[in-house]
Amino acid sequence: MNQDVNESLARSFGLSAEEYGRVLSIMGRTPSFTELGVFSVMWSEHCSYKSSRVWLKQLPTKAPWVIHGPGENAGVVDIGDGLAAIFKMESHNHPSFIEPYQGAATGVGGILRDVFTMGARPIANLNALRFGRPENPVTKRVVDGVVRGIGGYGNCVGVPTVGGEINFHPAYDGNPLVNAMTVGIARKDKIFLSAAAGIGNPVVYVGSKTGRDGIHGATMASTEFSADSEDKRPTVQVGDPFTEKLLIEACLELMATDAIVAIQDMGAAGLTSSAVEMAGKGNVGIELDLDQVPARETGMTAYEFMLSESQERMLMVLRPDREQLARDIFAKWDLDFSIIGRITDTGRIVVRHHGIVEADIPLAPLNDQAPLYTRPTVDTPKQEKLNPARIEDRYGLTAALEKLVGCPDLCSRAWVWDQYDSTVGGQTVKRPGAADAAVVKLEGLKRALALTTDCTPRYCLADPETGGAQAVAEAWRNLTAVGARPLAITDNMNFGNPEKPEIMGQFAAAIRGMAAACEALDFPVVSGNVSLYNETEGKAILPTPAIGGLGVLDDAAQAVGLALPPWLDIVLIGATTGWLGQSIWLREIAGREDGAPPPVDLAVERANGDFVRTYILNGTIRACHDVSDGGVLVALAEMAMASGIGARMMAHPRDIPGHAFWFGEDQARYLVAVPDHVSFTRIAEAAGIPAMRLGTSGGQNLTLPDGGTISISTLRAAHERFFPSWMDGVNS
Amino acid sequence: MKAGIVIFPGINRERDMVIALEASFGVKPKMVWHKDTDVSGLDLIVIPGGFSFGDYLRCGAMAAQSPIMRAVRDHANKGGYVLGVCNGFQILTEAGILPGALLRNASLRFLSMDCHLRVDRADTAFTRHYRQGQTFRSVMAHGDGNYFADTATLDRLEGNNLVALRYATKSGEVTPEVNLNGSARSIAGILSPNLRVLGLMPHPEDLVDPMMGGADGKPLFDALAAA
Repeated sequence: MNQDVNESLARSFGLSAEEYGRVLSIMGRTPSFTELGVFSVMWSEHCSYKSSRVWLKQLPTKAPWVIHGPGENAGVVDIGDGLAAIFKMESHNHPSFIEPYQGAATGVGGILRDVFTMGARPIANLNALRFGRPENPVTKRVVDGVVRGIGGYGNCVGVPTVGGEINFHPAYDGNPLVNAMTVGIARKDKIFLSAAAGIGNPVVYVGSKTGRDGIHGATMASTEFSADSEDKRPTVQVGDPFTEKLLIEACLELMATDAIVAIQDMGAAGLTSSAVEMAGKGNVGIELDLDQVPARETGMTAYEFMLSESQERMLMVLRPDREQLARDIFAKWDLDFSIIGRITDTGRIVVRHHGIVEADIPLAPLNDQAPLYTRPTVDTPKQEKLNPARIEDRYGLTAALEKLVGCPDLCSRAWVWDQYDSTVGGQTVKRPGAADAAVVKLEGLKRALALTTDCTPRYCLADPETGGAQAVAEAWRNLTAVGARPLAITDNMNFGNPEKPEIMGQFAAAIRGMAAACEALDFPVVSGNVSLYNETEGKAILPTPAIGGLGVLDDAAQAVGLALPPWLDIVLIGATTGWLGQSIWLREIAGREDGAPPPVDLAVERANGDFVRTYILNGTIRACHDVSDGGVLVALAEMAMASGIGARMMAHPRDIPGHAFWFGEDQARYLVAVPDHVSFTRIAEAAGIPAMRLGTSGGQNLTLPDGGTISISTLRAAHERFFPSWMDGVNS
Repeated sequence: MKAGIVIFPGINRERDMVIALEASFGVKPKMVWHKDTDVSGLDLIVIPGGFSFGDYLRCGAMAAQSPIMRAVRDHANKGGYVLGVCNGFQILTEAGILPGALLRNASLRFLSMDCHLRVDRADTAFTRHYRQGQTFRSVMAHGDGNYFADTATLDRLEGNNLVALRYATKSGEVTPEVNLNGSARSIAGILSPNLRVLGLMPHPEDLVDPMMGGADGKPLFDALAAA
């Protein structure tokens, strides 16, 4: 490539003038075109975390059960029985707007590779999705493509998709969020890391061939969107789940031997980032000969090879005496296997193509002198606490409930789940919708993992610190509500343009809230991903720190779901003040999106949750559902719809207006079904846990204290209508 | 009865099948790679679900050309037992071992959900632990489960009583509403004329343990173990 390398080219690659100056001083000369490409992707926001690193450091990352925290391909926690859970969540937001099917599919593929590259067999996928207004015609196309893409990839690789969440809001109209999470299992003494070692060891490329797809994808993910984003479609990669499946099986087969020294998938920034990171972490050098890279197209340049984001590719450093063994395994699975370089002691990455040195960069400064910004922040102004007595209820409980269970944010997600294979593997104990967290058993053992994703973006917009804490607390609560012991989280920080102080202020505050919650709940962050510049035409998304939570159950048989059994007492755990600020009721029924969000008292959160878990595990609690969006009455309706069993509810305390009691969103609350409320509330009282009997289950209707009655079948019809009628024109 | 599972690249429900077979047979099945040609010593060959070769061509079309399929065909011709589930059923039809074809679901969407199957033929090695006409719950997980054959073939299958399973309501009624993938005559599973080969779309192997939501599929494997 004979293009002149200068500051203006550097800018078009996404580097600032100051950053380009730093490149010049590191190189001591004008970099080559390929070298500039390497710097620009390694120093992109997506790869370098240059705006977020200073804040991420505040998050707690340690606990006795944490084996590897942030910094590896995924987080690793000890789950007992000599096993480790390896998990991470990652965004594929920008590609999923440009090309929803492939964007979402390759998002799933990428996160799977992050997990199996560490030696784990993937056992579950989840995904946290945010879309624009349903009325926006673009939204329908995006939802359809994203759902098909997640299913198309996950179903084919044979990893069950067991959970996730979906929100709609106009703020995502031009910038949907697709956050994919994978959980895998490995023996804890067989974890594979990425630090290269062994001077002279072969560097091996396996998987799909390299094409021109996805070049500069990492840079694209580091800028705002504009009206011409359609033109960026060629930067979206194309997924091949069949090759991914072969890669999983071949890598796991090779990992059962002692051949691998280090391994890393080629994700964002492709061969560049995997080679630079592996050699950098190992404090060695690396030499690559691009003539040996399997190519899908002819005439590719060094720049294109280094920046391609073709999917389903891995880079490994092997023991030289195990080369043939490895070659045979990949031949069996019909995958490309090519020695493309060697580990050196130079501390440099040297890239040759057609015998010419196209790049020769010292690794230490490329990594250590990567830009790091403490960008200015502005705090989000606090909103006032709303007085529920001054918010009139013109709707009544029954009508409001029917409307709420049918609104896009609360309606049944079955239309979506029904397109994801949730049972492959034969270990899914609680499928989507059956419980607050998915429960997946470990093959051949009693032990099970509980998995969830959570975030309430409207709380985060109103008060990012409270919202950050709430997201972590809700994940902890959802794991607790199935009886699991919460262990750790992965975080996927989706925000707008960090160069705007208001956005950076949201980010910093959300981190503060998350850190406090992680600390108080012994629930550290072990992996994560930051996605910034989620803006289109200057309009930012809601701040969305999506949390993926993982917990463990010693015995899968102890897990409880949310389906309401008949003839039990229904007890509300946790204190109720009738908090309507930022509630779904306020938005959907009163047409307002204001007020402070419900506060999160972490000590109360912990006490209430620990109490609930204890009485799930000893068999007292037969069904459990956390109270979140829509408050107590929506939670109750969800329990009733899950089983088809109704309930008769008692009068609420007189000091709280009815609509605020039943639809308010006070935190740290659970609805539980127990055989005997008298003894149960007495135990709770003695433990200092607020517990209030709300009613008794049975029959086929929900009977409310204001005299209103609604049948479960009417609720179900309202609940199940939205997606099929919106997406497929099916009227129920 | 000694069982083996054929593995094609892209098959992904072999672990589920191992668990189900082991639970009923008491021993682990033998795993057979698709490039092998030897199935001697096996009484039952199982082709499990998944996406063989990615199903990038027609579902099962590539796998049907694999070396192992000649051995499977010989095994079937000699009266050996063959069970094909989901992709396995698609492969059996592509290989001509069972008639018909599996087309895209009528909804053009992947379907992952419980269904009920009515046992229309209970006097076979696969189904004799069910009662004639009873229904059992199973899991479907497929994008291409819409059974199709020409009218003459369908008439012949029905005339010879070779339709083993149909999609039905819980109480056994065969209605269009529960025939979600649009299969001809609600066919979920069919038999070879000698009753030794069964192909079906839903996954009995995923409901063999109450902890996973039910054990309605277990009688099928128990029956095979006792055959």
